[in-house]
Amino acid sequence: MKVLVPVKRVLDYNVKARVKSDKSGVDLSNVKMSMNPFDEIAVEEAVRLQEAGTATETIVVSIGPAKAQETIRTGLAMGMDRGVHVQTDDDLEPLAIAKMLKAVAEAEGADLIVMGKQAIDNDYGSTGGMLAALLDWPIGSAANSIAIDGGAITVVKEIDGGLQTVKLQMPALVTADLRLNEPRYASLPNIMKAKKKPIEAKTPADLGVDTAPRLKTLKVTEPAAREAGIKVEDAAQLVDKLKNEAGVI
Amino acid sequence: MAILVVAEHDNTSLKDATHKTVTAATKMGGDIDILVAGKGMKSVIAAAAKIDGVRAVIGVEHASLERQLAEAMETVVVGLMGNYDAVLAADTTTHKNYMPRVAAKLDVQQISSITGVESTDTFIRPIYAGNAMATVQSTDSKKVITVRTTAFAAAGESGSASTSDADSGIGALKSEFVGEELTKSDRPELTAAKTVISGGRGMGSGENFKLLEGIADKLGAAMGASRAAVDAGFVPNDWQVGQTGKSVAPQLYIAVGISGAIQHLAGMKDSKVIAAINKDEDAPIFQVADYGLVADLFKALPEFEAELEKAGV
Repeated sequence: MKVLVPVKRVLDYNVKARVKSDKSGVDLSNVKMSMNPFDEIAVEEAVRLQEAGTATETIVVSIGPAKAQETIRTGLAMGMDRGVHVQTDDDLEPLAIAKMLKAVAEAEGADLIVMGKQAIDNDYGSTGGMLAALLDWPIGSAANSIAIDGGAITVVKEIDGGLQTVKLQMPALVTADLRLNEPRYASLPNIMKAKKKPIEAKTPADLGVDTAPRLKTLKVTEPAAREAGIKVEDAAQLVDKLKNEAGVI
Repeated sequence: MAILVVAEHDNTSLKDATHKTVTAATKMGGDIDILVAGKGMKSVIAAAAKIDGVRAVIGVEHASLERQLAEAMETVVVGLMGNYDAVLAADTTTHKNYMPRVAAKLDVQQISSITGVESTDTFIRPIYAGNAMATVQSTDSKKVITVRTTAFAAAGESGSASTSDADSGIGALKSEFVGEELTKSDRPELTAAKTVISGGRGMGSGENFKLLEGIADKLGAAMGASRAAVDAGFVPNDWQVGQTGKSVAPQLYIAVGISGAIQHLAGMKDSKVIAAINKDEDAPIFQVADYGLVADLFKALPEFEAELEKAGV
Protein backbone atom coordinates (compact mmCIF):
# COMPACT_ATOMS: atom_id res chain seq x y z
CA MET A 1 0.00 0.00 0.00
CA LYS A 2 1.36 3.38 -1.06
CA VAL A 3 0.79 6.29 1.27
CA LEU A 4 1.07 9.90 0.09
CA VAL A 5 1.45 12.75 2.57
CA PRO A 6 1.20 16.35 1.30
CA VAL A 7 2.95 18.86 3.56
CA LYS A 8 3.07 22.66 3.66
CA ARG A 9 5.79 25.04 4.76
CA VAL A 10 4.15 27.67 6.97
CA LEU A 11 5.02 30.40 9.44
CA ASP A 12 6.17 28.59 12.58
CA TYR A 13 3.45 27.86 15.12
CA ASN A 14 5.17 29.96 17.78
CA VAL A 15 5.73 33.05 15.65
CA LYS A 16 3.14 35.83 15.73
CA ALA A 17 1.99 36.86 12.26
CA ARG A 18 2.70 40.52 11.42
CA VAL A 19 0.60 42.31 8.86
CA LYS A 20 2.59 44.24 6.22
CA SER A 21 2.25 48.01 6.39
CA ASP A 22 0.93 48.15 2.81
CA LYS A 23 -1.87 45.73 3.85
CA SER A 24 -0.95 43.31 1.06
CA GLY A 25 -0.51 40.33 3.34
CA VAL A 26 1.48 38.87 6.22
CA ASP A 27 5.22 39.55 6.40
CA LEU A 28 7.10 36.29 5.86
CA SER A 29 10.58 37.73 5.35
CA ASN A 30 13.21 36.65 7.86
CA VAL A 31 10.84 34.66 10.04
CA LYS A 32 11.06 31.05 11.14
CA MET A 33 9.14 28.68 8.87
CA SER A 34 8.23 25.08 9.73
CA MET A 35 6.14 22.17 8.59
CA ASN A 36 2.44 22.79 9.25
CA PRO A 37 1.83 21.06 12.63
CA PHE A 38 -1.11 18.97 11.38
CA ASP A 39 1.03 17.77 8.46
CA GLU A 40 3.65 16.57 10.95
CA ILE A 41 0.95 14.42 12.52
CA ALA A 42 0.08 13.08 9.05
CA VAL A 43 3.73 12.23 8.37
CA GLU A 44 3.98 10.46 11.72
CA GLU A 45 0.90 8.38 10.93
CA ALA A 46 2.32 7.32 7.55
CA VAL A 47 5.64 6.35 9.11
CA ARG A 48 3.83 4.31 11.74
CA LEU A 49 1.85 2.51 9.02
CA GLN A 50 5.13 1.62 7.37
CA GLU A 51 6.70 0.47 10.63
CA ALA A 52 3.63 -1.72 11.21
CA GLY A 53 4.13 -3.28 7.78
CA THR A 54 0.82 -1.88 6.47
CA ALA A 55 2.39 0.68 4.13
CA THR A 56 4.94 -0.48 1.58
CA GLU A 57 6.02 2.96 0.45
CA THR A 58 5.61 6.45 1.89
CA ILE A 59 5.93 9.57 -0.24
CA VAL A 60 6.01 13.14 1.05
CA VAL A 61 4.99 15.88 -1.39
CA SER A 62 5.15 19.65 -1.03
CA ILE A 63 4.09 22.42 -3.38
CA GLY A 64 5.94 25.66 -2.78
CA PRO A 65 9.15 27.65 -3.16
CA ALA A 66 12.67 26.19 -3.29
CA LYS A 67 12.77 26.19 0.51
CA ALA A 68 9.81 23.78 0.64
CA GLN A 69 12.54 21.19 0.05
CA GLU A 70 13.57 21.70 3.68
CA THR A 71 10.04 20.77 4.73
CA ILE A 72 10.21 17.64 2.57
CA ARG A 73 13.57 16.78 4.17
CA THR A 74 11.91 17.07 7.59
CA GLY A 75 9.39 14.45 6.48
CA LEU A 76 12.16 12.26 5.11
CA ALA A 77 14.08 12.58 8.38
CA MET A 78 10.97 11.46 10.26
CA GLY A 79 11.02 8.30 8.16
CA MET A 80 9.23 8.89 4.84
CA ASP A 81 10.84 7.06 1.89
CA ARG A 82 11.07 9.74 -0.77
CA GLY A 83 9.88 13.19 -1.74
CA VAL A 84 8.17 15.05 -4.56
CA HIS A 85 8.63 18.81 -4.80
CA VAL A 86 6.41 20.87 -7.08
CA GLN A 87 8.23 24.18 -7.23
CA THR A 88 6.31 27.44 -7.42
CA ASP A 89 6.75 30.84 -5.83
CA ASP A 90 3.05 31.67 -6.10
CA ASP A 91 0.86 31.57 -2.99
CA LEU A 92 -1.60 29.11 -4.49
CA GLU A 93 -5.15 28.52 -3.35
CA PRO A 94 -6.39 25.16 -2.04
CA LEU A 95 -8.28 24.41 -5.28
CA ALA A 96 -5.10 24.68 -7.40
CA ILE A 97 -3.12 22.73 -4.79
CA ALA A 98 -5.78 19.99 -4.71
CA LYS A 99 -5.69 19.70 -8.51
CA MET A 100 -1.91 19.31 -8.49
CA LEU A 101 -2.02 16.81 -5.65
CA LYS A 102 -4.60 14.81 -7.62
CA ALA A 103 -2.14 14.62 -10.52
CA VAL A 104 0.65 13.50 -8.16
CA ALA A 105 -1.58 10.93 -6.42
CA GLU A 106 -2.62 9.44 -9.75
CA ALA A 107 0.93 9.35 -11.10
CA GLU A 108 2.11 7.63 -7.91
CA GLY A 109 -0.84 5.24 -7.70
CA ALA A 110 -1.45 6.18 -4.05
CA ASP A 111 -3.86 4.02 -2.04
CA LEU A 112 -4.09 6.33 0.94
CA ILE A 113 -3.51 10.04 1.40
CA VAL A 114 -2.99 11.37 4.91
CA MET A 115 -2.75 15.14 5.34
CA GLY A 116 -3.31 17.87 7.91
CA LYS A 117 -6.91 18.99 8.47
CA GLN A 118 -5.90 22.61 7.95
CA ALA A 119 -2.83 24.74 7.41
CA ILE A 120 -2.31 27.24 10.19
CA ASP A 121 -1.46 30.11 7.84
CA ASN A 122 -4.48 30.65 5.60
CA ASP A 123 -6.83 28.54 7.74
CA TYR A 124 -8.97 27.44 4.76
CA GLY A 125 -9.21 23.81 5.90
CA SER A 126 -10.36 22.85 2.43
CA THR A 127 -7.50 21.17 0.54
CA GLY A 128 -8.19 17.67 1.91
CA GLY A 129 -11.90 17.73 1.11
CA MET A 130 -11.26 19.16 -2.35
CA LEU A 131 -8.62 16.55 -3.16
CA ALA A 132 -10.87 13.70 -2.02
CA ALA A 133 -13.71 15.00 -4.19
CA LEU A 134 -11.51 15.49 -7.27
CA LEU A 135 -10.29 11.89 -6.88
CA ASP A 136 -13.84 10.68 -6.11
CA TRP A 137 -12.47 9.13 -2.92
CA PRO A 138 -14.24 8.95 0.43
CA ILE A 139 -12.87 11.12 3.23
CA GLY A 140 -12.36 10.69 6.94
CA SER A 141 -11.79 14.22 8.18
CA ALA A 142 -10.30 15.30 11.51
CA ALA A 143 -9.09 11.79 12.34
CA ASN A 144 -8.57 10.80 15.96
CA SER A 145 -7.48 7.25 15.06
CA ILE A 146 -7.39 5.01 12.00
CA ALA A 147 -7.39 1.25 11.45
CA ILE A 148 -6.79 -0.44 8.10
CA ASP A 149 -8.32 -3.83 7.42
CA GLY A 150 -8.00 -5.23 3.90
CA GLY A 151 -9.56 -2.83 1.45
CA ALA A 152 -11.19 -0.63 4.05
CA ILE A 153 -10.11 1.97 6.55
CA THR A 154 -12.02 2.74 9.73
CA VAL A 155 -11.62 6.32 10.86
CA VAL A 156 -12.64 7.69 14.23
CA LYS A 157 -13.30 11.39 13.64
CA GLU A 158 -13.36 14.37 15.96
CA ILE A 159 -16.79 16.00 15.65
CA ASP A 160 -18.52 18.75 17.61
CA GLY A 161 -19.83 16.98 20.68
CA GLY A 162 -17.67 13.86 20.55
CA LEU A 163 -16.39 11.18 18.20
CA GLN A 164 -17.84 9.58 15.08
CA THR A 165 -16.66 6.40 13.39
CA VAL A 166 -16.91 5.89 9.64
CA LYS A 167 -15.69 3.06 7.42
CA LEU A 168 -14.25 4.01 4.04
CA GLN A 169 -13.44 1.90 1.00
CA MET A 170 -9.84 2.35 -0.12
CA PRO A 171 -8.39 4.28 -1.82
CA ALA A 172 -9.29 6.94 0.70
CA LEU A 173 -8.17 10.24 2.16
CA VAL A 174 -7.76 11.01 5.84
CA THR A 175 -7.15 14.42 7.39
CA ALA A 176 -5.24 14.44 10.66
CA ASP A 177 -6.46 16.08 13.84
CA LEU A 178 -4.49 16.82 16.97
CA ARG A 179 -4.93 13.56 18.85
CA LEU A 180 -4.15 11.14 16.00
CA ASN A 181 -0.60 10.76 17.34
CA GLU A 182 2.33 12.65 18.76
CA PRO A 183 4.92 13.27 16.04
CA ARG A 184 8.47 12.10 16.73
CA TYR A 185 11.55 14.26 16.64
CA ALA A 186 13.92 13.24 13.87
CA SER A 187 17.15 11.79 15.24
CA LEU A 188 20.49 13.10 14.00
CA PRO A 189 21.35 9.86 12.14
CA ASN A 190 17.95 9.99 10.44
CA ILE A 191 18.46 13.64 9.51
CA MET A 192 21.78 12.63 7.88
CA LYS A 193 20.13 9.67 6.16
CA ALA A 194 17.35 11.92 4.85
CA LYS A 195 19.90 13.99 2.93
CA LYS A 196 20.49 11.01 0.67
CA LYS A 197 16.83 10.21 0.06
CA PRO A 198 15.58 11.24 -3.40
CA ILE A 199 13.35 14.25 -4.05
CA GLU A 200 11.78 14.41 -7.48
CA ALA A 201 11.40 17.95 -8.86
CA LYS A 202 8.28 18.98 -10.77
CA THR A 203 6.58 22.19 -11.86
CA PRO A 204 2.86 23.10 -11.94
CA ALA A 205 3.16 23.03 -15.77
CA ASP A 206 4.37 19.38 -15.61
CA LEU A 207 1.13 18.56 -13.86
CA GLY A 208 -1.00 20.42 -16.41
CA VAL A 209 -2.93 22.42 -13.83
CA ASP A 210 -4.31 25.94 -14.26
CA THR A 211 -3.28 27.68 -11.04
CA ALA A 212 -4.90 31.07 -11.67
CA PRO A 213 -6.30 32.38 -8.36
CA ARG A 214 -10.06 32.62 -7.89
CA LEU A 215 -9.94 34.99 -4.95
CA LYS A 216 -8.48 38.48 -5.01
CA THR A 217 -7.06 39.60 -1.70
CA LEU A 218 -8.14 43.23 -1.49
CA LYS A 219 -6.41 43.88 1.81
CA VAL A 220 -5.05 42.23 4.92
CA THR A 221 -5.40 44.17 8.16
CA GLU A 222 -4.75 43.80 11.86
CA PRO A 223 -7.75 42.55 13.83
CA ALA A 224 -9.49 44.98 16.16
CA ALA A 225 -7.40 45.09 19.30
CA ARG A 226 -8.90 44.27 22.64
CA GLU A 227 -7.91 46.52 25.51
CA ALA A 228 -6.50 45.02 28.66
CA GLY A 229 -8.78 45.61 31.64
CA ILE A 230 -7.98 45.74 35.32
CA LYS A 231 -6.41 43.39 37.85
CA VAL A 232 -8.60 42.46 40.78
CA GLU A 233 -7.28 41.78 44.28
CA ASP A 234 -9.05 38.54 45.09
CA ALA A 235 -11.89 36.18 44.24
CA ALA A 236 -14.40 38.31 46.17
CA GLN A 237 -13.61 41.37 44.09
CA LEU A 238 -13.77 39.30 40.89
CA VAL A 239 -17.29 38.14 41.75
CA ASP A 240 -18.29 41.69 42.69
CA LYS A 241 -17.01 43.11 39.37
CA LEU A 242 -18.61 40.38 37.27
CA LYS A 243 -21.93 40.80 39.09
CA ASN A 244 -22.21 44.51 39.72
CA GLU A 245 -20.00 46.16 37.09
CA ALA A 246 -20.18 43.86 34.06
CA GLY A 247 -23.54 42.32 34.95
CA VAL A 248 -22.67 38.97 33.41
CA ILE A 249 -23.37 36.66 36.37
CA MET B 1 -29.20 36.30 -6.54
CA ALA B 2 -30.37 33.03 -5.00
CA ILE B 3 -28.64 31.67 -1.90
CA LEU B 4 -28.83 28.20 -0.40
CA VAL B 5 -28.18 27.87 3.35
CA VAL B 6 -27.54 24.36 4.65
CA ALA B 7 -29.20 23.74 8.01
CA GLU B 8 -27.31 22.58 11.09
CA HIS B 9 -29.47 20.03 12.92
CA ASP B 10 -29.59 16.58 14.49
CA ASN B 11 -32.79 15.40 12.73
CA THR B 12 -34.79 16.46 15.78
CA SER B 13 -33.93 20.06 16.45
CA LEU B 14 -32.67 22.92 14.33
CA LYS B 15 -29.48 24.49 15.69
CA ASP B 16 -28.91 28.19 16.27
CA ALA B 17 -25.93 28.07 13.86
CA THR B 18 -28.50 27.94 11.05
CA HIS B 19 -30.13 31.22 12.14
CA LYS B 20 -26.71 32.89 12.25
CA THR B 21 -25.78 31.57 8.81
CA VAL B 22 -29.06 32.99 7.47
CA THR B 23 -28.04 36.40 8.85
CA ALA B 24 -24.77 36.20 6.90
CA ALA B 25 -26.75 35.24 3.77
CA THR B 26 -29.14 38.15 4.33
CA LYS B 27 -26.20 40.55 4.22
CA MET B 28 -25.40 39.28 0.71
CA GLY B 29 -28.98 40.05 -0.38
CA GLY B 30 -31.28 37.98 -2.57
CA ASP B 31 -33.60 35.02 -2.10
CA ILE B 32 -32.61 32.63 0.66
CA ASP B 33 -33.66 28.98 0.74
CA ILE B 34 -32.71 26.47 3.44
CA LEU B 35 -31.70 22.90 2.74
CA VAL B 36 -32.55 20.42 5.48
CA ALA B 37 -30.75 17.20 4.59
CA GLY B 38 -31.39 14.37 7.02
CA LYS B 39 -33.64 11.50 7.93
CA GLY B 40 -36.96 11.79 9.75
CA MET B 41 -36.41 15.51 10.18
CA LYS B 42 -39.94 16.91 9.76
CA SER B 43 -39.71 19.00 12.93
CA VAL B 44 -36.47 20.56 11.67
CA ILE B 45 -38.13 21.58 8.40
CA ALA B 46 -40.99 23.19 10.32
CA ALA B 47 -38.54 25.11 12.52
CA ALA B 48 -36.47 26.25 9.54
CA ALA B 49 -39.58 27.62 7.80
CA LYS B 50 -40.01 30.07 10.69
CA ILE B 51 -36.64 31.74 10.26
CA ASP B 52 -36.97 35.38 9.15
CA GLY B 53 -36.03 36.22 5.59
CA VAL B 54 -36.27 32.68 4.23
CA ARG B 55 -38.15 32.06 0.98
CA ALA B 56 -38.37 28.27 0.95
CA VAL B 57 -37.20 25.21 2.86
CA ILE B 58 -36.17 22.15 0.88
CA GLY B 59 -36.18 18.80 2.65
CA VAL B 60 -34.01 15.99 1.29
CA GLU B 61 -34.30 12.65 3.06
CA HIS B 62 -31.99 9.64 2.76
CA ALA B 63 -30.56 7.06 5.16
CA SER B 64 -27.00 8.30 4.55
CA LEU B 65 -28.09 11.84 5.42
CA GLU B 66 -29.02 10.87 8.96
CA ARG B 67 -25.37 11.51 9.87
CA GLN B 68 -24.72 13.80 6.90
CA LEU B 69 -21.94 11.68 5.38
CA ALA B 70 -19.55 13.81 3.31
CA GLU B 71 -20.12 12.09 -0.03
CA ALA B 72 -23.91 12.11 0.41
CA MET B 73 -24.01 15.80 1.34
CA GLU B 74 -21.78 16.61 -1.63
CA THR B 75 -24.23 14.91 -4.01
CA VAL B 76 -27.27 16.69 -2.57
CA VAL B 77 -25.77 20.19 -2.46
CA VAL B 78 -24.07 19.97 -5.87
CA GLY B 79 -27.37 18.67 -7.29
CA LEU B 80 -29.20 21.78 -6.06
CA MET B 81 -26.55 24.32 -7.05
CA GLY B 82 -27.89 24.64 -10.60
CA ASN B 83 -30.53 26.89 -9.04
CA TYR B 84 -28.28 28.95 -6.77
CA ASP B 85 -25.50 31.52 -6.96
CA ALA B 86 -24.11 30.79 -3.50
CA VAL B 87 -24.21 28.16 -0.78
CA LEU B 88 -23.54 29.01 2.86
CA ALA B 89 -23.10 26.72 5.85
CA ALA B 90 -21.81 27.14 9.40
CA ASP B 91 -18.13 26.28 9.93
CA THR B 92 -18.98 23.41 12.28
CA THR B 93 -17.43 19.95 11.83
CA THR B 94 -20.59 18.79 10.01
CA HIS B 95 -20.20 21.27 7.19
CA LYS B 96 -16.40 21.49 7.14
CA ASN B 97 -16.62 17.80 6.26
CA TYR B 98 -18.28 18.23 2.86
CA MET B 99 -18.24 21.90 1.79
CA PRO B 100 -14.74 21.63 0.25
CA ARG B 101 -16.05 18.67 -1.77
CA VAL B 102 -18.90 20.83 -3.06
CA ALA B 103 -16.45 23.61 -3.98
CA ALA B 104 -14.14 21.22 -5.84
CA LYS B 105 -17.01 19.67 -7.80
CA LEU B 106 -18.25 23.15 -8.78
CA ASP B 107 -14.65 24.16 -9.58
CA VAL B 108 -14.69 27.14 -7.23
CA GLN B 109 -12.46 28.22 -4.35
CA GLN B 110 -14.23 27.90 -1.01
CA ILE B 111 -14.25 31.00 1.19
CA SER B 112 -13.84 29.60 4.69
CA SER B 113 -15.04 30.91 8.05
CA ILE B 114 -16.16 34.37 7.01
CA THR B 115 -16.70 36.92 9.77
CA GLY B 116 -18.02 39.71 7.56
CA VAL B 117 -19.91 40.29 4.33
CA GLU B 118 -18.87 43.37 2.35
CA SER B 119 -20.93 42.69 -0.79
CA THR B 120 -22.25 39.78 -2.85
CA ASP B 121 -18.72 38.75 -3.77
CA THR B 122 -16.46 40.26 -1.08
CA PHE B 123 -15.95 38.82 2.38
CA ILE B 124 -13.79 39.20 5.47
CA ARG B 125 -12.14 36.13 6.96
CA PRO B 126 -9.56 35.61 9.68
CA ILE B 127 -6.20 34.09 8.72
CA TYR B 128 -3.19 33.14 10.85
CA ALA B 129 -5.37 32.26 13.83
CA GLY B 130 -7.13 35.60 13.62
CA ASN B 131 -3.90 37.59 13.80
CA ALA B 132 -4.79 39.06 10.44
CA MET B 133 -8.10 39.73 8.71
CA ALA B 134 -8.21 39.22 4.94
CA THR B 135 -10.75 40.93 2.72
CA VAL B 136 -11.19 38.70 -0.33
CA GLN B 137 -13.20 39.08 -3.50
CA SER B 138 -14.34 35.93 -5.26
CA THR B 139 -14.19 35.84 -9.05
CA ASP B 140 -15.99 32.49 -9.20
CA SER B 141 -19.48 32.52 -10.68
CA LYS B 142 -20.79 30.50 -7.73
CA LYS B 143 -19.72 31.05 -4.13
CA VAL B 144 -19.13 28.28 -1.60
CA ILE B 145 -18.88 29.82 1.87
CA THR B 146 -18.56 28.62 5.43
CA VAL B 147 -19.58 31.04 8.16
CA ARG B 148 -17.95 31.73 11.53
CA THR B 149 -21.26 31.87 13.36
CA THR B 150 -19.94 33.75 16.40
CA ALA B 151 -19.58 36.79 14.11
CA PHE B 152 -23.28 36.97 13.19
CA ALA B 153 -26.44 37.47 15.26
CA ALA B 154 -29.19 34.87 14.96
CA ALA B 155 -32.07 35.65 12.59
CA GLY B 156 -35.51 35.84 14.21
CA GLU B 157 -38.30 33.30 14.01
CA SER B 158 -41.39 35.09 12.76
CA GLY B 159 -41.26 33.92 9.16
CA SER B 160 -43.37 31.46 7.24
CA ALA B 161 -41.42 30.01 4.32
CA SER B 162 -42.87 27.45 1.93
CA THR B 163 -41.63 23.86 2.25
CA SER B 164 -41.01 21.18 -0.35
CA ASP B 165 -39.15 17.91 -0.80
CA ALA B 166 -36.45 17.08 -3.33
CA ASP B 167 -34.85 13.81 -4.41
CA SER B 168 -31.43 13.15 -2.94
CA GLY B 169 -29.84 11.77 -6.11
CA ILE B 170 -27.56 9.73 -3.86
CA GLY B 171 -26.14 6.58 -5.46
CA ALA B 172 -23.69 3.99 -4.13
CA LEU B 173 -21.36 5.42 -1.48
CA LYS B 174 -17.80 4.46 -0.62
CA SER B 175 -18.27 5.36 3.03
CA GLU B 176 -20.59 4.23 5.79
CA PHE B 177 -21.47 5.36 9.29
CA VAL B 178 -20.33 2.92 11.97
CA GLY B 179 -21.03 4.62 15.28
CA GLU B 180 -20.94 7.74 17.37
CA GLU B 181 -19.81 8.49 20.86
CA LEU B 182 -21.19 11.80 21.99
CA THR B 183 -20.01 13.45 25.16
CA LYS B 184 -22.95 13.29 27.54
CA SER B 185 -23.35 16.51 29.39
CA ASP B 186 -26.10 18.43 31.10
CA ARG B 187 -24.16 21.59 30.46
CA PRO B 188 -24.95 23.93 27.56
CA GLU B 189 -23.19 23.37 24.26
CA LEU B 190 -19.84 25.18 24.13
CA THR B 191 -20.51 27.37 21.10
CA ALA B 192 -24.02 28.33 22.25
CA ALA B 193 -23.36 28.91 25.96
CA LYS B 194 -23.79 32.36 27.54
CA THR B 195 -20.93 31.61 29.92
CA VAL B 196 -17.85 29.49 29.28
CA ILE B 197 -15.21 28.46 31.79
CA SER B 198 -12.04 27.00 30.32
CA GLY B 199 -8.97 25.41 31.83
CA GLY B 200 -5.46 25.27 30.45
CA ARG B 201 -2.19 23.52 31.10
CA GLY B 202 -2.07 25.21 34.50
CA MET B 203 -4.88 22.90 35.65
CA GLY B 204 -2.19 20.24 35.96
CA SER B 205 -4.41 17.22 35.34
CA GLY B 206 -7.80 16.11 34.04
CA GLU B 207 -8.80 15.34 37.63
CA ASN B 208 -8.28 18.99 38.58
CA PHE B 209 -10.90 20.10 36.03
CA LYS B 210 -13.36 19.06 38.78
CA LEU B 211 -12.41 22.37 40.41
CA LEU B 212 -14.19 24.10 37.50
CA GLU B 213 -17.32 21.97 37.68
CA GLY B 214 -18.91 23.53 40.74
CA ILE B 215 -18.37 26.98 39.26
CA ALA B 216 -19.75 25.87 35.89
CA ASP B 217 -22.82 24.49 37.69
CA LYS B 218 -23.43 27.76 39.51
CA LEU B 219 -23.02 29.86 36.37
CA GLY B 220 -24.80 27.48 33.99
CA ALA B 221 -21.56 27.54 32.02
CA ALA B 222 -20.15 25.28 29.33
CA MET B 223 -16.67 23.90 29.98
CA GLY B 224 -13.82 24.41 27.54
CA ALA B 225 -10.07 24.04 27.37
CA SER B 226 -6.97 25.30 25.65
CA ARG B 227 -5.15 23.19 23.09
CA ALA B 228 -2.38 22.66 25.65
CA ALA B 229 -4.87 21.00 28.02
CA VAL B 230 -6.17 18.80 25.19
CA ASP B 231 -2.63 17.95 24.07
CA ALA B 232 -1.79 16.96 27.63
CA GLY B 233 -4.79 14.59 27.60
CA PHE B 234 -6.62 16.38 30.43
CA VAL B 235 -9.93 16.69 28.54
CA PRO B 236 -11.54 15.61 25.24
CA ASN B 237 -10.71 17.39 21.99
CA ASP B 238 -14.25 18.70 21.53
CA TRP B 239 -13.64 21.00 24.51
CA GLN B 240 -10.90 22.78 22.60
CA VAL B 241 -11.33 26.53 22.09
CA GLY B 242 -9.04 28.19 19.59
CA GLN B 243 -7.72 28.24 16.05
CA THR B 244 -7.85 24.48 15.64
CA GLY B 245 -10.88 23.95 17.85
CA LYS B 246 -14.06 25.91 18.40
CA SER B 247 -14.76 29.62 18.28
CA VAL B 248 -16.88 30.96 21.07
CA ALA B 249 -18.25 34.42 21.87
CA PRO B 250 -20.16 34.13 25.15
CA GLN B 251 -21.25 36.95 27.45
CA LEU B 252 -18.60 35.81 29.93
CA TYR B 253 -15.48 33.77 29.28
CA ILE B 254 -13.43 32.67 32.27
CA ALA B 255 -9.91 31.47 31.46
CA VAL B 256 -8.24 29.51 34.24
CA GLY B 257 -4.59 28.49 34.09
CA ILE B 258 -4.48 29.51 30.43
CA SER B 259 -1.45 31.55 29.39
CA GLY B 260 -3.22 33.00 26.35
CA ALA B 261 -1.35 31.70 23.31
CA ILE B 262 -2.42 33.45 20.11
CA GLN B 263 -4.06 30.23 18.94
CA HIS B 264 -6.32 30.19 21.99
CA LEU B 265 -7.14 33.89 21.81
CA ALA B 266 -8.27 33.32 18.22
CA GLY B 267 -11.18 31.27 19.51
CA MET B 268 -12.42 33.45 22.37
CA LYS B 269 -11.39 37.07 22.00
CA ASP B 270 -14.82 38.08 20.70
CA SER B 271 -16.34 37.23 24.10
CA LYS B 272 -18.17 40.18 25.67
CA VAL B 273 -16.39 39.96 29.01
CA ILE B 274 -13.22 37.99 29.69
CA ALA B 275 -12.01 37.09 33.17
CA ALA B 276 -8.69 35.34 33.72
CA ILE B 277 -7.11 33.57 36.66
CA ASN B 278 -3.42 32.84 36.31
CA LYS B 279 -0.49 32.85 38.70
CA ASP B 280 1.84 34.42 36.12
CA GLU B 281 1.12 38.15 36.08
CA ASP B 282 2.88 38.47 32.71
CA ALA B 283 0.67 35.88 31.02
CA PRO B 284 -0.61 37.22 27.67
CA ILE B 285 -4.18 36.33 28.67
CA PHE B 286 -4.18 39.43 30.91
CA GLN B 287 -3.70 41.62 27.83
CA VAL B 288 -7.19 40.71 26.64
CA ALA B 289 -8.91 40.10 29.98
CA ASP B 290 -11.34 42.67 31.35
CA TYR B 291 -10.77 41.31 34.84
CA GLY B 292 -7.54 39.58 35.76
CA LEU B 293 -6.81 37.76 39.01
CA VAL B 294 -3.15 36.94 39.59
CA ALA B 295 -3.38 33.95 41.90
CA ASP B 296 -2.69 30.25 42.33
CA LEU B 297 -5.76 28.69 40.75
CA PHE B 298 -5.87 25.87 43.32
CA LYS B 299 -6.44 28.48 45.99
CA ALA B 300 -8.47 30.93 43.89
CA LEU B 301 -11.01 28.51 42.42
CA PRO B 302 -12.47 27.29 45.75
CA GLU B 303 -12.58 30.89 46.93
CA PHE B 304 -14.27 31.99 43.70
CA GLU B 305 -16.89 29.26 44.08
CA ALA B 306 -17.50 30.23 47.72
CA GLU B 307 -17.83 33.90 46.77
CA LEU B 308 -20.34 33.03 44.05
CA GLU B 309 -22.32 31.14 46.67
CA LYS B 310 -22.15 34.12 49.04
CA ALA B 311 -23.29 36.47 46.28
CA GLY B 312 -26.29 34.24 45.66
CA VAL B 313 -25.25 33.26 42.16
